[in-house]
Amino acid sequence: MAVTSRDRGVKNNDRPGRKPVKPPEDPASVGWTRAQRVRLVETGETFRLEAGGEVSPVDVEYETYGELNPAGDNAILLLHALSGDAHAAGWDAGAEAEGRKWRTRKPGWWDEMIGPGLPLDTRKYQIICSNVLGSCYGTTGPDDIDPDSGKPYGLRFPVVTIGDWVRLQARLLDHLGIDRVYAVLGGSLGGQQALEWALAYPDRVGNALVLAASARLSTQGLAFNAVARYSILSDPHFNEGDYYGSGGPAEGLAAARMLGHITYLSEAAMHEKFGRRLQDKSEPDFNFGIEFEVESYLAYQGRSFVERFDANAYLYITRAMDYYDAVKSWGRGDLTRACSRIKSRMMIVSFTSDWLYTPKECRKLALAVCRSGRPVTYVSVPSDYGHDSFLVETEKVGRLVRDFLASGRKNG
Amino acid sequence: MGSPDTGNNPQAGDRFTELLRLWASRSLPPVENLTVDRLVSLMEKYLAEQAGEIERPRQPVKRWDHEEIERIITPGSLVLDLGCGNGELLFRLVQSKGVRGQGVELDPEKVFECVEKGVSVFQTDLDEGLKGFPDDSFDFVILEETLQTVHQPVRVLAEMLRVGKQGVVSFPNFGYWRVRLELAFGGRMPVIESLPYQWYDTPNIHLFTIDDFLAWTAQAGAEITEARVLAEGKVRPLQAGDNLFAREALMVVRGKRTS
Repeated sequence: MAVTSRDRGVKNNDRPGRKPVKPPEDPASVGWTRAQRVRLVETGETFRLEAGGEVSPVDVEYETYGELNPAGDNAILLLHALSGDAHAAGWDAGAEAEGRKWRTRKPGWWDEMIGPGLPLDTRKYQIICSNVLGSCYGTTGPDDIDPDSGKPYGLRFPVVTIGDWVRLQARLLDHLGIDRVYAVLGGSLGGQQALEWALAYPDRVGNALVLAASARLSTQGLAFNAVARYSILSDPHFNEGDYYGSGGPAEGLAAARMLGHITYLSEAAMHEKFGRRLQDKSEPDFNFGIEFEVESYLAYQGRSFVERFDANAYLYITRAMDYYDAVKSWGRGDLTRACSRIKSRMMIVSFTSDWLYTPKECRKLALAVCRSGRPVTYVSVPSDYGHDSFLVETEKVGRLVRDFLASGRKNG
Repeated sequence: MGSPDTGNNPQAGDRFTELLRLWASRSLPPVENLTVDRLVSLMEKYLAEQAGEIERPRQPVKRWDHEEIERIITPGSLVLDLGCGNGELLFRLVQSKGVRGQGVELDPEKVFECVEKGVSVFQTDLDEGLKGFPDDSFDFVILEETLQTVHQPVRVLAEMLRVGKQGVVSFPNFGYWRVRLELAFGGRMPVIESLPYQWYDTPNIHLFTIDDFLAWTAQAGAEITEARVLAEGKVRPLQAGDNLFAREALMVVRGKRTS
């Protein structure tokens, strides 16, 4: 499974701002990794969901990097975003065997941050990352077999929420024998999980780091998600979600991803990376094929997403994102009241060009924490990379994460 | 220094002395020890320094106000530091007084330095106000060398009094004699220890004097509970005449409580 230099630099199809990846033998890499899977809800046992449904059995896929110390107080729970998975760092040794061939081309989604000597230093901390309920990367989701029918769940999978995800992650920590994590940390949808952790389990969290996320998604965010789902639901191959074994709504999912990608970037980042340049030509062809570089980029992102993601999972996860509302669920309409539950040190980071979770919304959350009488760190990082900044501004984010974690240890 | 060129008017020298006397008498509040002799000696000292005839005493740039603030803040209190810079003061207060500290800073690099120190910092522009912070939510609100850098100082002061039970304000005194003479005789924007910037790169956009500040407190109905100055290299309580003699000042203020 050799990684060639060509594979490492797909140049213009890389997300803007992404840096070259490090190979498994790099001293700062966690190296080869292997996913672990555990049954956290047994068959017959009930895992009640916030929306009223229930699901069983439930398997959870997770990965860990670094060792838990004897005191058991150095664990960091890392929460992934919409299209993420448990594979946050290193190179998946089981990629080929599991049929996840995209993982042979690149390391985990936050490889730049996790490893020996890196901000999430695996010599100091044990990093734990698990796939969320309803996703398609090893944790039970709509693409798994429904024991009642013997067929994939499809849309018969119950609606899940961020609250459900976090309760399941708490079960995972129980299973791992971890009573309290040193920190919870995530960006975007992962940031909302980190916030939910601080609210739902205040006594189990030492530090909460919420990146590019706020207490609830904006109206504009709801609108983007609606269009993405519409695109999947209206694909002729969607077949009410029962498309497993056939082609499935590839075009709809690709379009959803293309739209998503636009929302993750910013006007400035797109302009800088693509401008109005034509794709491999000096004159346009005057037709509806790929003319501009940005079209080629989006088409590539759409295509490669279809290869690795399940359309039903996209529906369920975007819905969880829509429904999340910390103001409503913990504050009865008052965010400050909600935040008064928090007992952890809090750092909230926004990015100036993020128009999905805007600095204004992130700031509102930070202010609510402050109003509840608890010191808070709120940083608005200047960046042109839009919502994606939390993934690509690794130097700035790395510095904040490293320092915030380290100072929490120092000051008890 | 030769005698002033009085041109064709032999009375000009006398008239100048008279004007100085008038100025001294109008200093508010009237100052006993502000004599014409004293004013003349300040000018002579300044001009001799400028000419390199005497060496200007270089006082070490020590944050005297940090020590004062540390003394004033009660242990374990909730402290808001507006314009907290790299978090040095709050870090010190957390360490020595066990306060719960919240910093506010705009400059991204300084914000990063706060995070490095473990100081809780909220990145925002003070000129946007402290909207959202409830009344009396902090025991102390600190404005350490910050007030002269904001666009709307009076609004910031009002917010300080609103969200804090007490305010601590330190600032460079633009009425300091050396500042006045730099402008009067030097003809250039003053650059001294307390105002170390050139006109084009200074963050200080609303310079004011001790008397200006006292006038504001009177107008705003705020009460000064403690006032300290750095004058002639020493830290001491504010005295009459310090609008001229003090280089820097620190005031503890309380808003007028209606309840």
